[in-house]
Amino acid sequence: MADLVENILREEAEKESKYKTIVVQKDVDIEIDDGNLLAYDPNPIDVELFRSNRNEYLSNLARDNTQLLFNKLWTLPVEKVENIVLAKLPNPSTQFPREKRLPKPKPETKWEKYAKVKGIQNKKKDKLVWDEQHKEFRPRWGYGRANDDTKDWLIEIKSNADPDEDPFAKRTNAKKERTAKNELQRLRNIARSRYGKVPGVGLTPVSKPNKDQLSKALVLAKKSTASLGKFTEKLPKEKATREKGKRRKFEPCVGDMKKEKAKQLHILHTLSQAPPVNVAKAAQQFMSQEEDNATFSKEGGRKKRGDKAGRRSKAGGRPPKKNKGFQNRGKGGKGGKGK
Amino acid sequence: MRPLTEDETKIFFEKLSKYIGENIKLLLDRPDGNFCFRLQKDRIFYVREDIMKRATSVDPKHLLSIGTCFGKFTKTKRIRLHITALDYLAPYAKFKVWLKPNAEQQFLYGHHVMKAGLGRITENTPQYQGVVVYNMNDLPLGFGVAAKSTDLCRSCDPMAIVVFHQADIGEYIRSEEMLI
Repeated sequence: MADLVENILREEAEKESKYKTIVVQKDVDIEIDDGNLLAYDPNPIDVELFRSNRNEYLSNLARDNTQLLFNKLWTLPVEKVENIVLAKLPNPSTQFPREKRLPKPKPETKWEKYAKVKGIQNKKKDKLVWDEQHKEFRPRWGYGRANDDTKDWLIEIKSNADPDEDPFAKRTNAKKERTAKNELQRLRNIARSRYGKVPGVGLTPVSKPNKDQLSKALVLAKKSTASLGKFTEKLPKEKATREKGKRRKFEPCVGDMKKEKAKQLHILHTLSQAPPVNVAKAAQQFMSQEEDNATFSKEGGRKKRGDKAGRRSKAGGRPPKKNKGFQNRGKGGKGGKGK
Repeated sequence: MRPLTEDETKIFFEKLSKYIGENIKLLLDRPDGNFCFRLQKDRIFYVREDIMKRATSVDPKHLLSIGTCFGKFTKTKRIRLHITALDYLAPYAKFKVWLKPNAEQQFLYGHHVMKAGLGRITENTPQYQGVVVYNMNDLPLGFGVAAKSTDLCRSCDPMAIVVFHQADIGEYIRSEEMLI
């Protein structure tokens, strides 16, 4: 009996002498980050030992620190996954620097800028909407959507609508236009985010252009010749347009002061002069007006054709109007009406 | 800051001449110094030349005002005269209107002048002529536009408007932010 105990104790002692002890003595406790399986040893290096036998010292140091790390790991909670025992690592406590740079903020789209200025908030919409026709909730967009007008088998036409126009085709075309416009805007937003500024689209074809678009189209059409509109003739009653898009040149702020004063005095002088009255033209306008009044008062009530005939016969005896001669008089001739 | 272009000068002088006629020459040709008109942010300033030269050293974004502000150009290039021009309009005014003491207050609050408040008016004032409004002690109160010519003034009823209000010295308190 005593032999048995002795034998066992001897075997244990032998075993223990083979392996080094798991208890490690350190001056300063090492910091262990379980999450990263990291052990940080702040202890100073024993310089004499290090210099005497470098490799041995380092391997002993490594062994000690690893032992401490494993001691810590054995204390962690354990879970069993498919008959394998795993230690559950906690979250890592060491903060590493960023691998990549912080991402740049995306440039705002045109709508985002506008919404920010106006303070418009994005209202969250429900995915399902009540469809009155089918009396159930359907998705707002996509397959089987609510209030789908592409599924209409009947479209009511207004009384003033064009009879040759296909309303179904009109709907599909309108949809295509909308998607094309949206796509264009999306691409322009992307281009703007990349290049900063993008040039405008200019005039896009529209089925019913308004006054603005028409006038712009006219100007562009007149300009779009080989000589950039230099020799395009003006229509008889067309007013001359101002130079668009050209940067105005102003006088320098501190220029020739005497010249400036002289110019201003000259303007003042021209203002004070009343515009000269073209007496002959005024007289003629007056005469023709009187005649018109006389004609209409005499033959009032008859049809238009009759009036015209009457006027012609009256005018037969008079000399024809000679306006062309007076056009050479220049700017003065606004005549009796004045400003 | 820049000088006025020809068109702008024409519009401006036309407006001024409604109040002071050809006396604008006296504003340009002064014996005590050379004065000029300059435009800064659509406002017209009347300023002496040497001050104007010094003002060029100020950043245009930070330049609020130089000399005296006469008025401003609106978006549609029309002129609007401010009360700050009164100092230069009053001495050269061609047509004047004097107000009775009780009507003074109404005018200074920005209302039009009624026949009942009219003290005196210069002879032969055409209709819609620019006039400078004074009180009975010859203190300039502002300016306006004659709604009726002098003869019509005599014959109209006492509640009719005779002078449309354009600017008055009460604006210095009422609309400070507009005058800078």
